[in-house]
Amino acid sequence: MPAEGLLAASWLLIALPLAGAAVLLLGGRRTDRWGHLLGTATVVAAFVLAVACTVQLAGLDQRSADVELFTFIRSGELDVTAGLLYDPLSAIFALLITGVGSLIHVYSIGYMAHDPARRRFFAYLNLFVAAMLLLVLGNSFVALYVGWEGVGLASYLLIAFWYTRPAAATAAKKAFIMNRVGDVGLAIAIFVMFAQLGTTSYAGVFGSVGTLAGGTITAIGLLLLLGACGKSGQFPLQAWLPDAMEGPTPVSALIHAATMVTAGVYLIARSAPIYDLAPTARAVVLAIGAGTLLIGAIAGCAYDDIKKVLAYSTVSQIGYMFLAVGLGPAGYVAGLAHLLAHGFFKAGLFLGAGSVMHAMNDSVDMRRFGALWKKLPVTFATFGLGYLALIGFPFLSGYFTKDAIIEAALDRGDVWGWVLGGVAVLGAGLTAFYMTRLMLMTFFGRARWEDGVHPHEAPTVMTAPMVVLAVGSVGAGALLVSVFPLSGWLEPVFGEPAEAAHVVAPAVIGLVVTVVMLLGVLAAWLFVGRREVPVTAPVRVSPVTRAARNALYADTVNESLFMRPGQWLTRALVWLDNRGVDGAVNGLAAGLGGTSSRLARTQTGFVRSYAMGMLGGAVLVAGALLAVTAG
Amino acid sequence: MSASLYLVAMIAVPAIGAAAVAALPRERGLLAKQVTLGVSLVVLLLAVLATAAFDVDGDRFQLTTSVSWIPDFGAEFALGVDGIALVMLLLIGVLVPLVVTASWHEADHGPRPTRVFFAWLLLLEAMMVGVFVATDVLLFYVFFEAMLVPMYFLIGSFGGPRRQYAAVKFFLYSLVGGLIMLAAVIGLYVVSTSQLGEGTFAFDALRQLDIDPEVQKLLFLGFFVAFAIKAPLVPFHTWLPDSGAEAPIGGSVLLVGVLDKVGTFGFLRYCLPLFPDASRFFAPFVLVLAVVGILYAALLAMGQSDMKRLVSYTSISHFGFIALGIFAFTTEAGTGAVLYMVNHGLATGLLFLVVGMLISRGGSRQIGDYGGVAAKAPLLAGAFLVAGLASLALPGTNSFVSEFLVLIGSFPERPVFTVVATVGIILAALYILLMYQRTMHGPPRGVLLQQDAAEPAPGLGTGGATATATATRTAAPGTLRVLDLSRRELVVVAPLVALIIGLGVYPQPLLDLIEPAVSATMSDLGGTDR
Repeated sequence: MPAEGLLAASWLLIALPLAGAAVLLLGGRRTDRWGHLLGTATVVAAFVLAVACTVQLAGLDQRSADVELFTFIRSGELDVTAGLLYDPLSAIFALLITGVGSLIHVYSIGYMAHDPARRRFFAYLNLFVAAMLLLVLGNSFVALYVGWEGVGLASYLLIAFWYTRPAAATAAKKAFIMNRVGDVGLAIAIFVMFAQLGTTSYAGVFGSVGTLAGGTITAIGLLLLLGACGKSGQFPLQAWLPDAMEGPTPVSALIHAATMVTAGVYLIARSAPIYDLAPTARAVVLAIGAGTLLIGAIAGCAYDDIKKVLAYSTVSQIGYMFLAVGLGPAGYVAGLAHLLAHGFFKAGLFLGAGSVMHAMNDSVDMRRFGALWKKLPVTFATFGLGYLALIGFPFLSGYFTKDAIIEAALDRGDVWGWVLGGVAVLGAGLTAFYMTRLMLMTFFGRARWEDGVHPHEAPTVMTAPMVVLAVGSVGAGALLVSVFPLSGWLEPVFGEPAEAAHVVAPAVIGLVVTVVMLLGVLAAWLFVGRREVPVTAPVRVSPVTRAARNALYADTVNESLFMRPGQWLTRALVWLDNRGVDGAVNGLAAGLGGTSSRLARTQTGFVRSYAMGMLGGAVLVAGALLAVTAG
Repeated sequence: MSASLYLVAMIAVPAIGAAAVAALPRERGLLAKQVTLGVSLVVLLLAVLATAAFDVDGDRFQLTTSVSWIPDFGAEFALGVDGIALVMLLLIGVLVPLVVTASWHEADHGPRPTRVFFAWLLLLEAMMVGVFVATDVLLFYVFFEAMLVPMYFLIGSFGGPRRQYAAVKFFLYSLVGGLIMLAAVIGLYVVSTSQLGEGTFAFDALRQLDIDPEVQKLLFLGFFVAFAIKAPLVPFHTWLPDSGAEAPIGGSVLLVGVLDKVGTFGFLRYCLPLFPDASRFFAPFVLVLAVVGILYAALLAMGQSDMKRLVSYTSISHFGFIALGIFAFTTEAGTGAVLYMVNHGLATGLLFLVVGMLISRGGSRQIGDYGGVAAKAPLLAGAFLVAGLASLALPGTNSFVSEFLVLIGSFPERPVFTVVATVGIILAALYILLMYQRTMHGPPRGVLLQQDAAEPAPGLGTGGATATATATRTAAPGTLRVLDLSRRELVVVAPLVALIIGLGVYPQPLLDLIEPAVSATMSDLGGTDR
């Protein structure tokens, strides 16, 4: 139904941070002194507005509000209206983006305090928030696509923020390109929708998707999935996400952990009416989720770079979310609850990692950390809570949300349910292993600091957001699953939650997962905690470790399959175009009017060529006239 | 002034201006520039007035004028615009003053007088207007050929080191194409004589002819080859990288931004309505050329080391999208293709201009001679990025709307071609971001590097605040000697950036102008349009 009251002004959610970005980018150095404050204020204001909008939404009978803005593209049969849809699904994302976004803006005031380009940082961060809100609030696949590529741009700009570092510049480009591969899928899905249904709006597509042939729906589902994999760092497009850690750490927290990379989950959840009719596509979602869950977790076990471990953890956790939404109605709510909880604890973990780096002269090498718990008490406490939440320690966030996914998988009741549930449980053990390893190497053991490092706790402007996120890490799961059930809130989107089959009693699942988790912790202690951590990584390691250190050779495959053949092809084509195509035509020209270099030398030569050209033309004219009269 | 005279004035004012500028004494170079700028602004004003006088719901051709020209052949000096021609006039009106401003010092130090450069520029503007507003096919042909002359001299007299080679190559290619078209124009006249009793070149009369399909095929090919060289489609393209690279920057902008669009304009104005059966017959072949061109030219762009050649190849790739949109035969795709013609002029125009600004600082066209420029010239880098993002059709920029319309409009009719073309958007991201990364990112490097660190760099302190954070992170071997955009350069860049973003967010006014003319063309074609 059309929006009224505050909801009619929900476009301000996007406009506020966008205006912030515009002022900071156009204002230039004049805004250096207060730019970060303006940037933060716009996002905080958007958060307040999002809360107000959501409260109003909760009071509506239909719990869905349409905001029509203006005609974006209208030509022939195509009519794309720029408009927003504020419903329970977009509302939880708007709250997550602006809420976590506000905290990370505040944190960045401290984190980027000594960077002369802090204003530019806040401009890009604001741009990101605006694009991300457009992505989740848009009422059509085209609006989603505009936001989708918009967050890709913001991600590019922020990964390359320290662009004089070649690694950062390359990582940014890699992220953009791999995302574009996914975007092609999303774009073609939109083309199919328009060709088959004549519309790209959610209401139009979901209302009539049932009229399509099954194969077409499956194709749409798979194409959307390709887009989702690119944005969310899922197999086979996962290799860009760990490299994206070249960006400043607040960026990793906001974009590459809490919000942007979960856009794929949003897309699949939003497209539920399509996937409901495409069981094959849904099965592929499941397979990709389960596979990526393991790939990320295995790679996370082997890295020594604290941010890369967290990045692979993100890849793995989003794998859980894909698995959940791939389960269909039984899993949507579980996946989204895990997404929200993950938004809290992973953002908190990254901010904690940023605080550690802040203390360690920007080093990310965990082999040179150790014994930091005493020096960084607030960071240790908040990071520790995030850690416990992530590994699913009983009654913290991850415990509720991850168990809900495993439960939903087992409730399939078939052999695949057991396989998927097993993978998810195994993943929980691996998660406990790599995160415990990270904790032990960073906060415990002997100090292995490089010379001249004097760790100090971060200023309050940085620790305060960490504390807030830690509280969220502890409470979000219980809140979303038990106290204020997300399933009820999302009912207008996904329908009434089905009665759970309880193939395995929840208590049993909780117990099993906890035992597996404790085994992972124990293993980490046996491998890392018991012994001295060497300051350089051991070279002679098992093939398994080597494969994990290379992230299961994803980059190697990409390079040998695409990059190097592409370079050869390009070189060959350049040669061909200069020698072959151009050479042939030059030869023709030479035959017609003498060599072109001689023509160029003298005016006479030029005139002669003109004359020759005229003659050639006249012959053609005569020929054509003959042909015409004959015809 | 009566509205019907706007078009005449748009040809006459720059033509007379060209004569006046050419007649100035050699030492009055500044006056020549000022007159040229003034005249080009008058043309912009006329284009805006013409748009205001144009009724979107009115006749197909408006603001018409017709004077008997060569009565023996029934040729008339007939002018008029439809929405397609009108948006091209607006593009010319916007681009030429910016090109004049950007080329302010282009001819200052060359062997040839400044006034000559600007006189050719104005004459070129007059011919470009003429080619879009002619509604008599013979008149169109005359403008089509006459347009070559000023461009030939702009390249040959004011271009880069290989300007002679490039200019002759440009001329020969265009000439061959033009002569083949002349044959077809004459053929068309012969057909009109046999069908109507007396021959005519009037577009509206020719459109009504019922031409035998076999004859149509021959005539179609005559026009098509000329336009495919001009646009250019692979494999008729090899002249463009040379001309685009060797022409002075202003020439490159107008060459790729406007002149080449005469080819795609010609497809839409002449090939489709005059030869509908042949158009349908040849459409699959043209689409193959278009889609091969999109990927082939994009791969070639990635392999270039010369920035101007790279941008020229990206344009060939983009022309493939335009041709796809035109030969998909749907209103959406056709409208998208025309909008693409305008948007590409703005986006690639800006890209060429910014590349030119970089080249004017470093004196080299080689990508490898630059590095880390963003740290010293953030405005230049920002303009470069906006132009690049528009070129890769990022949503929020104008090019997204047109590329999206072309693709979504082509898909229902030609799904396979469209899917292959869509892969081109990955390659577009690659060629743009590779060039951007190599020139703007990374540590300072190349021809702009300050040789003697003791000597204070002229560029220091002008907007260098950005990203010096990294100085502590990477040991910079030296600093760049580079000034950020000057006020004059900002005046060139700002309107284009504003248009790129403005038309990216709210393109509907242009679409409303374009669409009626495109649907009229589709009904001439006897529509496979759904």
